[in-house]
Amino acid sequence: MEWLNAVVQGTLLGGLYALFAAGLSLIFGVMRLVNIAHGDLIVMAAYLGLTATVVLGIHPLVALIVVIPAMAGIGYVLQRGILNRTLGDDLLPPLLVTFGLSVIIQNALLEGYTADPQKMNAGALETASLSVGGLSLGILPVLTFAVAVAVIAGLQWMFYHTALGRAFRAVSDNQDIAQLMGLNKRHIFGLAMALALAVTAIAGIFLGIRTSFDPSIGGGRLIFGFEAVIIGGLGNLWGTLAGGVILGVAQTVGAKIDPGWQVLSGHIAFLLILAVRPQGLFPRVSG
Amino acid sequence: MPEPILKISKLSAHYGDFQALYGVDMEVAEGEVLAIIGANGAGKTTLLRSLSGLMSNEAGQITYRGQAIGALRADQVAALGIALVPEGRQLFPSLTVEENLMIGGRVNRAGPWNLHKVYDLFPILQERRGQASTSLSGGQQQMVAIGRALMSNPDLILFDEISLGLAPIIIKDIYAALPGIVGGGMSAVIVEQDITKALSVSSRVYCLQEGRVSLEGGSATVSREEISRAYFGIA
Ligand SMILES: Nc1ncnc2c1ncn2[C@@H]1O[C@H](COP(=O)(O)OP(=O)(O)OP(=O)(O)O)[C@@H](O)[C@H]1O
Ligand SMILES: [Mg+2]
Repeated sequence: MEWLNAVVQGTLLGGLYALFAAGLSLIFGVMRLVNIAHGDLIVMAAYLGLTATVVLGIHPLVALIVVIPAMAGIGYVLQRGILNRTLGDDLLPPLLVTFGLSVIIQNALLEGYTADPQKMNAGALETASLSVGGLSLGILPVLTFAVAVAVIAGLQWMFYHTALGRAFRAVSDNQDIAQLMGLNKRHIFGLAMALALAVTAIAGIFLGIRTSFDPSIGGGRLIFGFEAVIIGGLGNLWGTLAGGVILGVAQTVGAKIDPGWQVLSGHIAFLLILAVRPQGLFPRVSG
Repeated sequence: MPEPILKISKLSAHYGDFQALYGVDMEVAEGEVLAIIGANGAGKTTLLRSLSGLMSNEAGQITYRGQAIGALRADQVAALGIALVPEGRQLFPSLTVEENLMIGGRVNRAGPWNLHKVYDLFPILQERRGQASTSLSGGQQQMVAIGRALMSNPDLILFDEISLGLAPIIIKDIYAALPGIVGGGMSAVIVEQDITKALSVSSRVYCLQEGRVSLEGGSATVSREEISRAYFGIA
């Protein structure tokens, strides 16, 4: 029963990791950009959420109404203003620029909020739980997982059933020919980054309710996100969810064996899967 | 002669240090079908890439309906009504047949072409509408590429090697569809290796040789000797 509990808790934790990863996956899929600053953007969203709850006196989940559009706007401007200029045949410039961005965000957060750990107060939501078949499930982890599934289902639907999704896929396939169809790739990339950072906003809020955070934790979230994306297979959003769940389960089961092993066993699971299936478990079939 | 729909003057194009076009002058009249022939590497694709905005040139080198478009991006050129059927078809592999056509219609210009019209022209595409574009035969893919360009209701359509790599019977089908495409007043530039085909569908022909225009003439009047001289550069 305790093991089952560890697996269930790990699965729910995987929802949070999938939220960390979905934006990375989307950005890589559409424009082959590896965003090193992704984790710091998640932390930035958590701080924006914190500020919104303090200044406006609202619940962290209500703060999403402010933080999602704010992050989406930041994403669009960031892409059009800076990142588009780094994209080309060479993968190195965007890596370097997003690495620099990561350093800038961390320092700006340090300056603005100090290094003290912060936490968002979600009231009763943090401790509420329901009992299912002898297991006690926290409402917050269940909600996080449900939101992750909804976000991924929504992105998947958008990708395959809307004109915007069609444009994303076309630009991902062939940027030149997509331009011939009247698509301005700079704008499309801007929209993709806006969408990715909107998801990042959700990830940041759930992170900030679940645990305390400080400006330095972005790198760790980036790694978890990367591992989830790569376990699941590049460019496959449902795979990303599966990757998050595998990572989460490996961590909680590892922690069950020895509390010090939580993070380590996640990395080991990642390395094992990478060794056996270098393209991840569910790589995108076409393209 | 009325004002041409497209006027190219002293167009040059480069790939890094390599110059692919040298001062090309050309005109396309309203409603005309123009053929461009030339040996491999003569610069035909480079010319069409320049016209469609995939390669950036000096603004004044290309004038479309009186507007300098040489420096515009491809999406801006597309919005003005120039569509390219690219060499090698270049469909979007992650899109279905119908999605490939629909994305062509994103440039939402008024005109006769829509999904129904394209399916009327190429009925086989309607049967295959939900399939991945990569699952089609070469000829069917070419039909999608043509349909995708038509969906934007262009005033000027550029074809780069429509028949390359296709079986003769398919080529015949595709050329049979051509009058239905350009008959509505659309102007067309056809790049074609098959000289006989090129001459039979066009009113005028230009030959490119090593990035320069080596011949310009009426398709019905140029002689075989003139063409082979212009094509191969044999004096
Ligand atoms: N991307 C590129 N980089 C460098 N040189 C190029 C590039 N594309 C074409 N060229 C060169 O430019 C010249 C013209 O090429 P282009 O593709 O326009 O010829 P083409 O007439 O279309 O030939 P083909 O009949 O083989 O399609 C050739 O010498 C070619 O080698
Ligand atoms: Mg060519």
